[in-house]
Amino acid sequence: MYVATKGGERAIEAAHRWLAEERRGDPDVPELTVAQIREQMTLAVNRVMAEGSLYDRDLAALAIKQSRGDLIEAVFLIRAYRTTLPRFGASNPVATDDMAIARRVSATFKDAPGGQVLGPTFDYTHRLLDFALLADGDPPPADMRPADPAPAPHVLQLLDRDGLMEPLPGGDVPPGDLTREPLAMPADRPVRLQALTRGDEGFVLAMAYSTQRGYGRTHAFVGELRIGTCAVEMEIPELGFAVEIGEIELSECETVNQFTGSRKEPPQFTRGYGLVMGQSERKAIAMSLVDRAMRWEELGEEATGAPAQDAEFVLYHADNIQATGFLEHIKLPHYVDFQSELELIRKLRRAAAEARQEVRDDRA
Amino acid sequence: MTGYTFAYLDETTKRMIRRAILKGIAVPGYQVPFASREMPMPYGWGTGGVQVTAACLTPEDRLKVIDQGADDTTNAVSIRKFFERTAGVATTTRTAEATLIQTRHRIPEEPLTEAQILVYQVPIPEPLRFLEPRESETRRMHALEEYGLMHVKLYEDIARHGAIATAYAYPVRVEGRYMMDPSPIPKFDNPKLSQNAAIQLFGAGREQRIYALPPYTDVVSLDFEDHPFEPTRAEHACALCGACDSYLDEVLTDDDGGRMFVCSDTDFCTRRRDDGHPGRRGTDPTT
Repeated sequence: MYVATKGGERAIEAAHRWLAEERRGDPDVPELTVAQIREQMTLAVNRVMAEGSLYDRDLAALAIKQSRGDLIEAVFLIRAYRTTLPRFGASNPVATDDMAIARRVSATFKDAPGGQVLGPTFDYTHRLLDFALLADGDPPPADMRPADPAPAPHVLQLLDRDGLMEPLPGGDVPPGDLTREPLAMPADRPVRLQALTRGDEGFVLAMAYSTQRGYGRTHAFVGELRIGTCAVEMEIPELGFAVEIGEIELSECETVNQFTGSRKEPPQFTRGYGLVMGQSERKAIAMSLVDRAMRWEELGEEATGAPAQDAEFVLYHADNIQATGFLEHIKLPHYVDFQSELELIRKLRRAAAEARQEVRDDRA
Repeated sequence: MTGYTFAYLDETTKRMIRRAILKGIAVPGYQVPFASREMPMPYGWGTGGVQVTAACLTPEDRLKVIDQGADDTTNAVSIRKFFERTAGVATTTRTAEATLIQTRHRIPEEPLTEAQILVYQVPIPEPLRFLEPRESETRRMHALEEYGLMHVKLYEDIARHGAIATAYAYPVRVEGRYMMDPSPIPKFDNPKLSQNAAIQLFGAGREQRIYALPPYTDVVSLDFEDHPFEPTRAEHACALCGACDSYLDEVLTDDDGGRMFVCSDTDFCTRRRDDGHPGRRGTDPTT
């Protein structure tokens, strides 16, 4: 018999309690601490910080714990928290030239001032399950060596000196902010870069990959990939000078791409840029490829109709919190709209059946 | 709840939203971009409606929240609870008692008054979206009143099916100017959009748009002279209150084709039953 859907409130409360129990798992197994997640799930923490647009390792780790390891859910928790925070101002642009480098590779030059630093990378690990990790135990300590005191200028700057790189467009216009102003088309490059660095890693990766396979090909070389910590400085109006307020880890990727040129100007290499919070190099590389692909118009290239070149397509679909919300909302009740569709299809079928009957009657 | 401002959003954000609402009221049916915030519930759950409600609520308000016409669907319960916690406002399930009603997919059966605001949750605010996916293009089409594409779509429906094959989110024209998506309400509800005494506000959080219908606005559902607009409902009486003029939900009662039809507007149905209008199955929804 029909029971009206009373008790929604009780169901919600019960579901939340059950969820909390599931999150905890078997109580005989010790509970994960936020510090453990922060220290041992660092790349997950980095992803949540980058896509959540909030640099706070402890909160990202907490969000991962609360979301049972669902990273998009964790990003969502961080975004919803972030939006309630007061905004004091903007920092100075971060000087990635002065980065304390943990990893730095260039695919375009065998060596460059500052050297190549492999750093903590999976690149040359053989992907064999390490069954030793089933047991507890600390790994043997890594060799230590003092950091190279020589400055490590950006590799692309060195090409720039010879006039081979397109100049970096400067400007005093403060960059827009997607979290404070609605996205409008056409979006300028700072807004596009913000959308990409907040965007879903999987989406940005797939877009970048598509350019490599020919959908808007840009012939990218990784001029430089650098990962390390940078000081964040802020102008304090009362003091009249900039003060260091903290340090953040960043992954930065600059690509060198095929050139533009005209009769008046000699050919120059063009740039793609990726900058992501934390050690997130896959994302940084992917971002730089998609950035370059979206610059086709300003560089006078032909539109090929490739998805990654289509800024409107990329920017409106890169955000996983928007995407997952709209995708998952279709599980909410839609009785009313479905009922209207039911009435319509029954009516159309009745009309079609009557029409067929008339044809049969005419023939008879 | 401590630590948050009244109705969750900070005052600067509420002011920004109110400005968008005022602009929307000044230009009925026009989609005003606004800097939608990330809310503590997912996009698609009514973040646009929730932000509009938060910007309109005052401590004296009495709030009603419905989803599919019902006060007790889980998401309606959840949103009502959110405002009970963050704004501490009184709530009600009675349409007539509410000063602000947030809704998803329905307009209440009972006529609204000048003292009421109706807030719609909107998934896709752009009526032309499924004909033209580009926002840059649809904004231009609205600016130029270039709505021929929609008429062609409706005509093609008639050519293929003999009728306009849109049953909900049926497009309307506001005061002879902007084409508007009324949110996914069944087209049965479309006539209530027009000349409504209440302020009608539409919030699309993910799409960052707000639009509005001031009281007594002319809203016309698109049609053709020889295929006039037709609001439709299931051809039944409500099994609980006997109403023949309300929008009905179809409920499957067994696995042998058994079904019953009941009012989707739970408050409307309850009032009728209280007033002694039994349906075919009596008045008790639990039997």
